[in-house]
Amino acid sequence: MKTMFKFLLALLALTAALNVFAAADLEVNTPGVNAIKNSMQARHAQLAGYYDSGAVGITMDGMISVRDAGSIPLAARQSVNALVAAENKDREALYAEIANANGHPEWAPEIRSTFAQRWTQRAQSGWWVLTNNGWSQK
Amino acid sequence: MKKVWMVLPVCAFALGACVTINIYFPAAAAEKAADKIIEEVWQQTDKPVIKESK
Repeated sequence: MKTMFKFLLALLALTAALNVFAAADLEVNTPGVNAIKNSMQARHAQLAGYYDSGAVGITMDGMISVRDAGSIPLAARQSVNALVAAENKDREALYAEIANANGHPEWAPEIRSTFAQRWTQRAQSGWWVLTNNGWSQK
Repeated sequence: MKKVWMVLPVCAFALGACVTINIYFPAAAAEKAADKIIEEVWQQTDKPVIKESK
């Protein structure tokens, strides 16, 4: 009976520990997450002007896309496309990395949709975001 | 020893509850994490940046 009691006590401790874990924040302060974040931060300096002009917009799936290629000077179009592609690759990696860092790779799609909402919500006024009814300017 | 058969289902249930808690996606925590990262990537403060006019 003593063993059973000990077992129950251990189980109780485990439950308590997991409860604390579930309530805690998501871990985002890992070398992998930070590296992607820094890369995105550096790229943002180049992208910001295109968000402002509406050439690039924020999509509903946590990514960005070229919205109005016509507003980009011909010479810069290629580089903007490359910027958008690189940004989306980083974002994809970011969502997966956060999921991995928290021991739940299967959370990546949910993390992505959480980010999608927050990117859209936090977009500065004048920026374009994709909605169910098409592009809309904030 | 008969009591074991009463306690065992309880243990199983408790263990199941632990796993369930851990599987749920922590939506609020994810939102907080997203905000923190977005703030840093976009270099935002809490308010949207207002352009200075000269």
